[in-house]
Amino acid sequence: MAVRELSCSLAMAEALKEEMERDKTIFIIGEDLVSNGGIFGQFRGLPELFPDRIIDTPISETAIVGAGVGAALTGMRPIIDMHFADFVTTAMDEIVNQMAKIRYMFGGQAKLPLVLWAPDGSGLNAAAQHSQCLENWFVHVPGLKVVVPSEPADVKGLLKAAIRDDDPVIFFQHKKLFNQTGPVTEEKYIVPLGKAVVRRAGTDVTILTYSRMTYFCKEAARELARQGIQAEIIDLRTLMPLDFASIAESIRKTRHAVVVHEACTTGGFGGELSARITEELFDLLGGPVVRIGARHVPMPFSPVMEKYVLPQVEDIVAGVKKALRR
Amino acid sequence: MKISNLEKKALLRKMVEIRLFEEKIGLLFQQQLIPGFVHLSIGQEASTVGSCSALRTDDYIISTHRGHAHILAKGAEPKYMFAECFGKVTGYCKGKGGSMHIADFSKGILGANGVVGGGFPIMTGAGFSIKLRGTDQVGMVFFGDGASNRGTFHEAVNMAAVFKLPIVFVCENNRYASTSPAEKMVAGGSVANRAHAYGIPGVINDGSNVLAVRDSVAEAVERARRGYGPSIIENETYRYKGHFEGDRQRYRTPDEIQQYRLTRDPIDRFETLLIDEGVATQKEIDAMKTAVAAEIEDAVRFAMDSPLPDPHEAMQGLFVNP
Ligand SMILES: Cc1ncc(C[n+]2csc(CCOP(=O)(O)OP(=O)(O)O)c2C)c(N)n1
Ligand SMILES: [Mg+2]
Repeated sequence: MAVRELSCSLAMAEALKEEMERDKTIFIIGEDLVSNGGIFGQFRGLPELFPDRIIDTPISETAIVGAGVGAALTGMRPIIDMHFADFVTTAMDEIVNQMAKIRYMFGGQAKLPLVLWAPDGSGLNAAAQHSQCLENWFVHVPGLKVVVPSEPADVKGLLKAAIRDDDPVIFFQHKKLFNQTGPVTEEKYIVPLGKAVVRRAGTDVTILTYSRMTYFCKEAARELARQGIQAEIIDLRTLMPLDFASIAESIRKTRHAVVVHEACTTGGFGGELSARITEELFDLLGGPVVRIGARHVPMPFSPVMEKYVLPQVEDIVAGVKKALRR
Repeated sequence: MKISNLEKKALLRKMVEIRLFEEKIGLLFQQQLIPGFVHLSIGQEASTVGSCSALRTDDYIISTHRGHAHILAKGAEPKYMFAECFGKVTGYCKGKGGSMHIADFSKGILGANGVVGGGFPIMTGAGFSIKLRGTDQVGMVFFGDGASNRGTFHEAVNMAAVFKLPIVFVCENNRYASTSPAEKMVAGGSVANRAHAYGIPGVINDGSNVLAVRDSVAEAVERARRGYGPSIIENETYRYKGHFEGDRQRYRTPDEIQQYRLTRDPIDRFETLLIDEGVATQKEIDAMKTAVAAEIEDAVRFAMDSPLPDPHEAMQGLFVNP
């Protein structure tokens, strides 16, 4: 079968179309989905195909997310569009106290097969309230799965897996990657949750990353190669469940690890990874686990400051050298 | 509310200033000189100017993502606003806020908000503060038809009613929340209708009539100032531009927009009224417009000539005591 170049937007729309055709219990709920096919065009073509199953709501995030929870409890497979990931804050009770806890708290009687889909990240000069990466908040809450794809093929395959999964999945898709293209096969496939992938093989250091930073890491690896350092890049793809086996396998080979994400370094997922690597692989390590992330401020608007706050390719190069003590 | 000819001319001038400011922002955005998201309120000038004209300088406002007009109407200076929209260090927020987050606390402008409905609860707090400090200030929250569907609206209005907080909730119903028509999304027929559920006044105004808006808002402001509690004002208005600059606007027809421009333009209407009443001549008005246009050009030049922030300044200002 043929392989096409698709954008993340198109890959996403394709996943939704295939799944909605297959399963009539799937519906999408959120703001401004129908008229323009979503603010990033991610639903284009779908409202015509499934007019009753794409629901435009009032600006009522608490009710939107809560409705997803209730529908999931009663036999549906909702996909909740969060509009911008920053707005999860307007429905935190529904996510943290309800969605994440209902199954466990009621002794496993119920299941919540839902996807909360949230475009995150900066790079659009959208300032403090429209630029955040908040994935680690949800990793911290037991009961939620967390997906953070980088490539179009994974957007498609992981979204399909997330929809079919019987547990709540928070699916973060980076705003700067909607137009990012990549090869996507015409064949039907699924990318299972909880499986990392090696994006570049290397022997000297393991770079653990996800979402948009995967591309930054690839660029950094090319620069490092010019300086004689072969970096192995692992795209984690899902943070919960975490594919620690793949991480350990790589570090066993390289003995050095650097974690790169766009979210603030402080309290970010890199801290969790670093701790776990240190606890479980201490004897293998040839140096400190280095974390690279955004600086500890809200995202400033002015492009020069936004760039300064975000991790850049040269920060990753420097971080790798720090890990290797070079 | 009594109004002098001078005040009438000032209202017209402010509406013209806002229109020219917004048109300029649109142009600069098209030329890719302004980064980020930009939401313009061309067409809504009477609602904003009429409302703010009923306030004192020490009164508070909280604005929205579509906030330039509110901020100008409360007395902010165009040059620092342009500078902020350019991301320059001379902007109101030193380039940290941008178009969606302008504030001038010295003028009672507690900030524009990028989160729809984010302002309601904050103004509740300003209301408590006014009561506890024993001043006779008033707080005005601007919001859209869409924002009236956030839970924060209902919590804040109820709380303001329960405690008789000095707040005026001003809804600028421009008929759409992004792509969604208000008539499909706002249950109960209108936003003002919801006031009755909370036992407070709810008034609907022709939002393209600046004097009508001013009169009705002034009454609500007076009521709040005297300790009788909050009101909801709903100004029926219309935005001529897309939800944001670059919006494809599939949810309405160009004809609909044209209809508003031709028949209900707030500036045209007020201009005609002032000429008919003999308050101003066409010549005077044209001269005023030329003067405002020149001021706007000066303001843009100030912003263009201003330096960008030093990138390290991103790390300044997080805490009072770092
Ligand atoms: C809590 C929240 N939800 C959604 C958005 C995205 N959003 C920004 S403006 C807007 C529409 C607001 O409509 P309305 O309140 O009528 O104001 P208008 O844009 O018409 O001035 C939406 C949905 C947001 N910024 N915040
Ligand atoms: Mg509106």
